[in-house]
Amino acid sequence: METLQAIPLNHYILLSAALFSIGVMGVLLRRNAIIIFMCIELMLNAVNLLMVAFSAHHGDGKGQVFVFFIMAVAAAEVAVGLSILIMIHRNTNTTDIGFLNKLKF
Amino acid sequence: MTHYVFYFLSFLAILSGLMVVFSKNPIHSVLYLVITFFAIAGHYILLNAQFLAVVHIVVYAGAIMVLFLYVLMLLNLNVSAEPVKKTWVKVAGVISGGMLLLTLVATFGKAETQPLIQKDATIGVTANLGKILFNEFALPFEISSVLLLGAMVGAIMLSKKEVNK
Amino acid sequence: MKELIWLVPLLPLAGFLIVSLGKSYLSKNLSGIIASTMVLGSFLLALGIFFDISGSKEKSFTVNLFEWIATGDFKVNIAFLIDPLSAIMLLIITGVGFLIHLYSMGYMHDDEGYAKFFSYLNLFVFFMLLLVLGDNYLLMFAGWEGVGLASYLLIGFWFKNSSYNDAAKKAFIVNRIGDLGFILGIFLIYITFGSIQYSNVFSEALNLKESEPAIVAATLLLFIGAMGKSAQIPLYTWLPDAMAGPTPVSALIHAATMVTAGVYMIARSNILYSLSPETLQFVAIIGGVTAVFAASIGIFQNDIKKVLAYSTVSQLGYMFLALGVGAFTGGVFHLMTHAFFKALLFLGAGSVIHAMSGEQDIRKMGGLRKKIPVTFITFLIGTIAISGIPPFSGFFSKDEILAHAYEVSPFFWVLGVLGSMMTTFYMFRLLFVTFFGSFRGTEEQKHHLHESPKTMTIPLIVLAVLATIAGFAGIPDIMVHDGHWLESFLHPVFKGSEAFTHGHKMSHSMEWILMGATVLITVLMLLFAYTKFVKNNNVPAGDEKKQGFLPNLLANKYYVDELYNAIITKPLNALSGFTYKFMELKGVDFIVNGTGNAIVWISGVARRVQSGNTGFYIFAMVVSIIVILVINLFNK
Repeated sequence: METLQAIPLNHYILLSAALFSIGVMGVLLRRNAIIIFMCIELMLNAVNLLMVAFSAHHGDGKGQVFVFFIMAVAAAEVAVGLSILIMIHRNTNTTDIGFLNKLKF
Repeated sequence: MTHYVFYFLSFLAILSGLMVVFSKNPIHSVLYLVITFFAIAGHYILLNAQFLAVVHIVVYAGAIMVLFLYVLMLLNLNVSAEPVKKTWVKVAGVISGGMLLLTLVATFGKAETQPLIQKDATIGVTANLGKILFNEFALPFEISSVLLLGAMVGAIMLSKKEVNK
Repeated sequence: MKELIWLVPLLPLAGFLIVSLGKSYLSKNLSGIIASTMVLGSFLLALGIFFDISGSKEKSFTVNLFEWIATGDFKVNIAFLIDPLSAIMLLIITGVGFLIHLYSMGYMHDDEGYAKFFSYLNLFVFFMLLLVLGDNYLLMFAGWEGVGLASYLLIGFWFKNSSYNDAAKKAFIVNRIGDLGFILGIFLIYITFGSIQYSNVFSEALNLKESEPAIVAATLLLFIGAMGKSAQIPLYTWLPDAMAGPTPVSALIHAATMVTAGVYMIARSNILYSLSPETLQFVAIIGGVTAVFAASIGIFQNDIKKVLAYSTVSQLGYMFLALGVGAFTGGVFHLMTHAFFKALLFLGAGSVIHAMSGEQDIRKMGGLRKKIPVTFITFLIGTIAISGIPPFSGFFSKDEILAHAYEVSPFFWVLGVLGSMMTTFYMFRLLFVTFFGSFRGTEEQKHHLHESPKTMTIPLIVLAVLATIAGFAGIPDIMVHDGHWLESFLHPVFKGSEAFTHGHKMSHSMEWILMGATVLITVLMLLFAYTKFVKNNNVPAGDEKKQGFLPNLLANKYYVDELYNAIITKPLNALSGFTYKFMELKGVDFIVNGTGNAIVWISGVARRVQSGNTGFYIFAMVVSIIVILVINLFNK
């Protein structure tokens, strides 16, 4: 498509990197487990975007098919992760990861 | 013309992404995330991956984010009760995120400076993707169905209230 | 018959396994019977093989059983060599071995370790047969080490007594010194000839010049091994201490068979030794000096077994003297007769000790002649045989050695006669003090005196007969022409080295004169001992009453043990103490404990990282990712 020629590939890379870094920052800054979860989704989407961009660049549909699988995995992850969160909330009455500090020696 | 669309969508995605992180109310975060997903879907359309864009909206904005909303509703978390982190933790988080961005840009930013040329405009078409998915990726496709089934069973098991307690 | 050769060592091994594993299931008598039967079976097979060999024209067979080691060019088979030499050795080992097994059934009857004793004996016989039958040096070495092990186990058989354990350790350690020489010799042989199989080595050796340095070095190293195993100066000190073991063990291992392994080894390698006259000279000197040295110590010993032990060392010296002067047949001949009469003497001593309820000091005996007549008569025969009074066996073998020694150098002859003189004296001293005069023990012992049971006296009688007639296997040429049956029988083994022994036959009259002189001196010594101990009824004084420098020196065995203690053991102990204190405690322990302490300290610090705070974990992960990316960036 003629119209796309104007946008360099590395702009997509920069966009993805920015979105990914925002996700990471969110994970670091927030203590609410649900927000952290959303930030993870954001990171996954940054990767997806890059995948599609490269797929278009190389003219290969496999990249887009791969995105489908990532979506499937993300859906599964969200389902299980949220149910774990519900369990945690039910037991501790909070979703603050600061309280979940039993993961140590 | 597409220039402007691209930069607008990018700006929208980054801005609403930041808002996801920085808004106090979790409900707002979810809504901003939905906006981000729409912006990304716009990028998909720009990249001639129309089918993927639709699926993206259906799965992420339609299913996953609704799930988040439901959870927030169930747990009654719409009011921010989150304790504020210490300042130095926030500073450290922002610095780390910024450094990650810098290093990512430095590492990959120079990878490809030529304009993106689409060799084949039809790869994003449903028929094409279907052929690839059901020929080359038939086995992973089946396995992902098992994965989804497992996730479903697991989610039900985890969130079920234990009767004998 | 020779196809069954593998059974000969296998039977004692089977006996060892059955008796040692089934110790708790077998009844006491049964384990003894099984062990003895196994050795009897070996003896019968050996007898068959012996007749096979002497009947057929082909004098040497190799029976290949299976491949043992194959790495690169180095190949060793488990293969047995049957030739006249190994056939004779087989007969001695299994024959004397069987008699001693039989004897042990009586002697060890009241011992709690009865089955264990028999299993060890069988193990010993197995290794000894391996040593003798092997067709290469490595197999011989395996047997050599095995008999060392069995010897260690049997010397320390009564391991509850710590001085017996020390004796066992001493035997083992002193033997290690010799074994080091032996194995270095094997290495050298392999380097020189590219093989350690006898047939290859000996045929290759014939292509080499006389006194080739490699051969001289190899034979000297092998001889160091023989010094250890056969108790020659300077490594003889373990043998007298080895008398801590039960008496049948002393008879079998430390008199008749194991200690003669060195003699067998040199006789087997006779071609190598013939090619190296320097080594032969050395062997002869060591042998001759040992013969005189050990005999002189024997004169003042009061322990019945110690006397016999020094006598064994002295007789082994004779055998090496024989080998050293090139009389290989003479060495093997003396080995055979010595096996008979020394086993007889030891078993006789065992019978005396048995009768005396464990007493070994001859000063507390006396007058036993009438109480235990069978033991007395057989012991008398053994004493006459070892003294070399015709026509008993010792005379023939000793005479042959002395004749050959004279041919090489009168000096060796003088050494031999000197040793022979002293041997006669101390043996008859032993006999007279023990069996003549009046009883000097306690009343209780006197009351308890009794002749040994049949299982013990029968071996004594058989051995006494053998000690009497074995000499006729080698009647000197001057008495009966072609009378030396053993020489013609062993000829195939030693014919290769005949070309190198530059012997000059001496005249018949000279040989008669030497023989007469020897016998005369022997009889004079006998009479001297008789007047001293029977006529004048002298009882050897206690150690504390020894007068004069020489008796003191001899009674204390020339202070050799003390000397070794001072120049080897003490400095080694001091060195070990030093290395323990400084290298072990301050060096190695410091490093080892320091490592442990450092890790404990570091983990104490590092475990605080594991705070359990998920946010911190994520933070650490992100920082790590950044670090990896930065490294990646700068590596480009």
